[in-house]
Amino acid sequence: MIFYFLAVTLILSAILVVTLKNIFHCALFLIVAILAIAGLYFHLQAPFLGVVQLIIYIGAIMVLILFAIMLTSRISDRLLQTASRQSIPALLAVIVFILLALKSLDKTPLPAHIGKNFDPILDLGRALMTAYVLPFEVVSLLLLVALVGAIALARKD
Amino acid sequence: MLDFIIYLVIGIIFVVGSFAAAYFFSPHHPTDKKLATYECGEDPIKGSWIQYNVRYYLLGLAFVIFDVEAIFLLPCVLVMKSLGLIAFIELAIFIFILVLGLAYAWRKGALEWI
Repeated sequence: MIFYFLAVTLILSAILVVTLKNIFHCALFLIVAILAIAGLYFHLQAPFLGVVQLIIYIGAIMVLILFAIMLTSRISDRLLQTASRQSIPALLAVIVFILLALKSLDKTPLPAHIGKNFDPILDLGRALMTAYVLPFEVVSLLLLVALVGAIALARKD
Repeated sequence: MLDFIIYLVIGIIFVVGSFAAAYFFSPHHPTDKKLATYECGEDPIKGSWIQYNVRYYLLGLAFVIFDVEAIFLLPCVLVMKSLGLIAFIELAIFIFILVLGLAYAWRKGALEWI
């Protein structure tokens, strides 16, 4: 029941994102779509992923997208072209994607096996601190590169 | 589940009901002046769509980076005590690399408002 509510919300808002003419309204419905995905994560008992989705995508990425829209001068006058003449390639791409998704679903043992004392947040932290400590530090380096690159690109001089 | 539905229904009734009551019971005599954006004598000059300062975007970019950092720190901090000194050193390296980024942003003046 909750799943279907979230799924319908997600699909409807995703359709509105690609069909609305005003780009600002598209961005607002993208927020609704991301909220629905976060709800799905919580519903599927992945609370950490849900929190990440809320904090990073809605808290940071969407703010950045809205700023980018509002930074662009006179974007509100233009209406987006939402119809495409590339419908046959798009259909092919969708079919390939569905086939690949079905194939990978087929290879996944469901329902996933979860240990008795599994705690998503603590086990993730333990893995990051022991087995995956090098990728963890590389993430920090990657964030540094992103920050320096963003500043270098965004500054005028 | 039943609790959720009860909350949902009461919430919807509350919002829709209060707006509907305001719509039906309050008098409507709109004039041009009343419909203006600022109802205190200020006439707006242009539309509300203005171009924002690029500084907001820079700060937003820096915010994204440190947001991701905070998310990564949370699960590690929770288990740090049980793993001892080595975890502390790992976290210190992680934060040190990002402090370098913050220092760079500061040095380049990305945090200043011009």
